Amino acid sequence: MSAENQDASVETEPSRPTLRLLTCGSVDDGKSTLVGRLLYERKLIFDDQLAALEKDSKKHGAVGEEIDFALLVDGLEAEREQGITIDVAYRYFSTAARAFIVADSPGHEQYTRNMATGASNADLAILLVDARKGLLTQTRRHATIASLLGIRHAVLAINKMDLIDYSQATFDQIVADFTLAASELHFASIAAIPISARYGDNVISLSDKMPWYSGPHLLAYLETVDVENAVADQAMRFPVQWVNRLQQDFRGYAGMLVSGRVTVGDEIVVAGSGRTSRVEHIVAMDGDSISAAAFDSVMLTLADEIDISRGDVLCHPKQRPDVADQFAAHIIWMSDEKLLPGRSYFMKINGRCLTGSVTEIKYKLDVDNNAHIATKTLSLNEIGFCNIALGSSIAVESYDANRAMGGFILIDRFTNTTAGAGLIAFPLRRAKNIYLQEQLVSKAARSHIKHQQPAVLWFTGLSGAGKSTIANLVEMKLLQRHAHTTMLDGDNIRHGLNKDLGFIDVDRVENIRRIGEVAKLMVDAGLIVLCAFISPFRAERQMARSLVEEGEFIEIFLDTPLEVCISRDPKGLYKKALAGEIKNFTGVDQTYELPTSPELHIRFMNETPEEVADRIIKELETRNVIHV
Amino acid sequence: MGLPSHLRSLESEGVYILREVVAEFKNPVMLYSIGKDSSVMLHLAMKAFYPAKPPFPLLHVDTTWKFREMIAFRDETATRLGMDLIVHINEDGLARGVSPFTYGSSAYTQVMKTEGLRQALDKYKFDAAFGGARRDEERSRAKERIFSHRTIAHAWDPKNQRPELWRAFNTRIRPGESMRVFPLSNWTERDVWDYVAAENIPVVPLYFARSRPVVRRDGALIMVDDARLPLHPGEVAEMRRIRFRTLGCYPLSGAIESEADTLEAIIEEMRLSSTSEREGRLIDFDETASMERKKREGYF
Repeated sequence: MSAENQDASVETEPSRPTLRLLTCGSVDDGKSTLVGRLLYERKLIFDDQLAALEKDSKKHGAVGEEIDFALLVDGLEAEREQGITIDVAYRYFSTAARAFIVADSPGHEQYTRNMATGASNADLAILLVDARKGLLTQTRRHATIASLLGIRHAVLAINKMDLIDYSQATFDQIVADFTLAASELHFASIAAIPISARYGDNVISLSDKMPWYSGPHLLAYLETVDVENAVADQAMRFPVQWVNRLQQDFRGYAGMLVSGRVTVGDEIVVAGSGRTSRVEHIVAMDGDSISAAAFDSVMLTLADEIDISRGDVLCHPKQRPDVADQFAAHIIWMSDEKLLPGRSYFMKINGRCLTGSVTEIKYKLDVDNNAHIATKTLSLNEIGFCNIALGSSIAVESYDANRAMGGFILIDRFTNTTAGAGLIAFPLRRAKNIYLQEQLVSKAARSHIKHQQPAVLWFTGLSGAGKSTIANLVEMKLLQRHAHTTMLDGDNIRHGLNKDLGFIDVDRVENIRRIGEVAKLMVDAGLIVLCAFISPFRAERQMARSLVEEGEFIEIFLDTPLEVCISRDPKGLYKKALAGEIKNFTGVDQTYELPTSPELHIRFMNETPEEVADRIIKELETRNVIHV
Repeated sequence: MGLPSHLRSLESEGVYILREVVAEFKNPVMLYSIGKDSSVMLHLAMKAFYPAKPPFPLLHVDTTWKFREMIAFRDETATRLGMDLIVHINEDGLARGVSPFTYGSSAYTQVMKTEGLRQALDKYKFDAAFGGARRDEERSRAKERIFSHRTIAHAWDPKNQRPELWRAFNTRIRPGESMRVFPLSNWTERDVWDYVAAENIPVVPLYFARSRPVVRRDGALIMVDDARLPLHPGEVAEMRRIRFRTLGCYPLSGAIESEADTLEAIIEEMRLSSTSEREGRLIDFDETASMERKKREGYF
């Protein structure tokens, strides 16, 4: 293309704020083709890129000799080979009216998590529909996710009109279907536009093939749609991102203002602690500012030295957010490993990373009909409405009211992957009414009269590894030395406290959670608590560990090979499991996650149980749990 | 005068990303490649931590084949801003005589840039490294996260990237792993130049048109920056008015003939250009997916 072809209008600076938009729809609806078409028509595909595209179209293209625009945005090798979009791609273009950031998100079902990712930062969603197929599950799902993630403006782009003879009746039917489906969603505006991404009809100019359509073409609509939200007029929220103490006599609070406006002299309050001060300076390299608005990254100094750290939220005293350690939220699950209630995750929200767990999944959402379905877990791509409890309190606001304050991610504590995205709905009040009872007699006093340090001896390993046998021997030896002990054994607990629980993953997590809590109470009583449980998951062993103080949890891994356990089979369970009569049996059809750093790793050798028990007693002496 | 709103929001986002890394990582470093993108990234860092200096060093992986003016600009910039500068050269590659002429552009880049970078990151045990890459540069970059996880072996797994929502960046890594972080992800080439102009940021003079000695090879104009460039029989360097859209190793950087000797002229020329800036980069042409492959192996 040459200079003469350039639209003269791109010569001037874009005057409106950037429009961040998301393209989504089902696989093969033509999302990538549309984005490629927009870039091509805006002359944003350069000659050398076009040459590479022509080469690629011949190799992988799906449209014969024509240039396959999808290949321009399908940037990864696997995507070009399989002809599908795997991952969100970001594209940039601008016109005289506006700059655009386009998130092109995948339609393939297994990659729905990426669509939520693209939606999280978008103002407007283009939902593509193949005119031949009408509304599909994926289209409804994407509309639901877009709405849930706070996108308030939608374009229903009904594509491939060329393949249905530009039929107005079909178009009208799809629009009617969508209007009905979207009635329960929260879009403020929906614009339906009939297009052909492949031939460019109604993409950047009006098509002469559809004289019945009187609206604007897609680009004209995008240039003019008003998505201004009122973030600047909302209550001021300043999550402290980083405290600048790099220089003596200077303490600056750095962060991005996520809503409202702050001005020098403003009274501020720390949402969590309630401490107050006044904004003294808004410091910047080009000279201090008088005020700052939403989405500015700034550095504040305050008039008083008060305790503020990363993750604290500053606000105006008369507009404070709720502070809570329990709240209800929608969770979009993004991991292959299921969400299990009771399991501990890291939650990252506004610079704070704290531990928390889902205490209850109230229901999962059927995105086809907005129905609520009872469930115990969430799988990849499922959306659930859950109660969440955190290790400490945070400033809480609903995602609908303030995206930045109400959006969070859940991180798997062992793999560090982003396992889920959460949208806060409302804080739960119940935490406020339960106060920890102050106690006059302390744990130290209770253990002191017993002449021992309280501890949890956590025996873990496969069924038949020798957990109960060894634990019993150890307890006997402790008793002989007048130590005060108690024993929590898998089978016995399951006959009483946990008799309502089965052996599926969710129940195994709850089983260990209750045992951990009981062990903690026993430790508070000053006892040495012997726990013998398969406890196959690292996360739950970690949770039990985190309930007691540092040094009180002694994990003893009985590392007996599976073949040995099977040959022992003291309860005849392996025989049944291998025959398929028992399901979810650890080591057979359920995994055992090896301890990464147990305090004691007992490898299977030619030792008698007696000798192993003596080793453990020695270890307890070394750790001053009992005295020599 | 204030910045236009889209530059202001890009600047604010970049500053946020820089601060997030300093808040979350123990030992960050900024990969400083001397080009216009690095100049902008460094400028953002000066703003992000003001009145303090950015609390991390600059790292330049020197292939020994950079333009002389780039090296002079690098040293002058570090001194002017008072930044610590670490220069790392793959001595092993140097000892083996690896150069763009002995090994071909692909193997040469692998040894002197990718391996050199991995050596430096291992040596200083950096857990986060800023890079000036932008998503509009190349299509595999268009899919990369702002916080991009690397294994202990510095490998990138494009099919297994962490979802990245809002500004809730997942910064958790295991010991030995690291994060590559791209504060300019959402900038375009045009944004970079507009920002350089608006903020008056110094850049290497090679971006501006001047009369320089060049030879034409395989359609590309290669500048004869020093006597190490082996001239083919009968080949004579001629003076032409040229400039560069991207800068790298001089034998692998194609110049364009241009009269643009001011920022305004560069921006104007870019508006009218029909080729991408990477066309001048000879290393991308080995094959279409070459950037993704290099990145999986640890290239920036």
